[in-house]
Amino acid sequence: MQSSSNTARARRAVQQLRIEASIERIKVSKASADLMHYCGEQGKYDPLLMGIPASENPFKDKKPCTIL
Amino acid sequence: MGEMEELRKEADNLKDQITEARKVVQDTTLQEAVAGTTLVGRVQLKTRKTLRGHLAKIYAMHWGTDTNCSKLCVSASQDGKLIVWDTLTTNKVSAIPLKSSWVMTCAYAPSGNMVACGGLDNMCSIYNLKGKDGNVKVMRELAAHTGYLSCCRFLSDSEIITSSGDCTCVLWDIETGTEKTIFAGHLGDCMSLAVSPDFKMFISGACDFTAKLWDIREASCRQTFSGHESDINAIGFFPNGNAVITGSDDATCKLYDLRADQELITYQDSGIMCGVTSLAPSLSGRLLLAGYDDFNVNIWDMLKAERVGVLAGHDNRVSCIGVSSDGMACCTGSWDSFLKIWN
Repeated sequence: MQSSSNTARARRAVQQLRIEASIERIKVSKASADLMHYCGEQGKYDPLLMGIPASENPFKDKKPCTIL
Repeated sequence: MGEMEELRKEADNLKDQITEARKVVQDTTLQEAVAGTTLVGRVQLKTRKTLRGHLAKIYAMHWGTDTNCSKLCVSASQDGKLIVWDTLTTNKVSAIPLKSSWVMTCAYAPSGNMVACGGLDNMCSIYNLKGKDGNVKVMRELAAHTGYLSCCRFLSDSEIITSSGDCTCVLWDIETGTEKTIFAGHLGDCMSLAVSPDFKMFISGACDFTAKLWDIREASCRQTFSGHESDINAIGFFPNGNAVITGSDDATCKLYDLRADQELITYQDSGIMCGVTSLAPSLSGRLLLAGYDDFNVNIWDMLKAERVGVLAGHDNRVSCIGVSSDGMACCTGSWDSFLKIWN
């Protein structure tokens, strides 16, 4: 019956909302600080952020050198 | 009808509770927290390689993991082919003809042994790259979705997760070809999924404008994130697994923190009015690379939410983007039929 499947769906939705409402949340200040810390620590190993020296770039085509 | 009314009231109460609980922990904003952080300098990446070979729009690409298939990637095009590329030499390692040319997604297994794809055939086809006679063959066809396959990601050689236009995501046992878990809850087509770095969770973005965090083993939805004003087309994890980035047809990307259970910041610019098709964070997460319908990729400082670069080089929509697992290069795929490698 349509109405009973609607009720079943509504019950499931409420059940799901109960789960989502009950989680523990940390402060945005802590969340932000942790993101900033991670970026700060890992940034020095991030090739796209730091740039890649030509000699260490496997994608860069090595052009022949001419000695003038 | 009394029960429906009660359930509706309880649902509204719970939604209010969640909104309140999120406000309670909002003691600052990310924007305020990074006020003293210097903006990343202008990022200028160059096209190092152009991968030519597809004859029609490219819809998806995925990098292999570094250890086993360094610098290999797979791409899917509506020319009916999956191509595995050696991005360093631009050689085609494999060109796999597909039964259905209406492909929308592809994935590389972490082991490097398999690739998968799917699309309007509603199936996820698994291909064994390391077959005995050297031929690449279909290993499994995972069929059960009642809508198109929008995305797929391997957990291992024996498990894969798919997202579908039928509004569900599914965890499959590849060996038996059966559904292990169905993740239902989205109210619109699921468009994209990403697996957490520890492989315990995954996130999905859908046409109901929300992103959902799922616990793979508990088979449950943990959290739902709203805020977007249109379909979410792209989704990814921040590298430490504690935050989620989404890209939407509403022309913005958003960063949601999992532990604070809320949106931290929106990446938007009054000059950008077209949808986000794809996104990928750089290795440290400091840069967010996002592909848009206007043929460009915008590079954002993820903390300061300001644009710090543009990748302009495609002659049509950028449909897919990925950063290699060692962070050394970014690959873009486009409706112009080319893939480009940038760094």
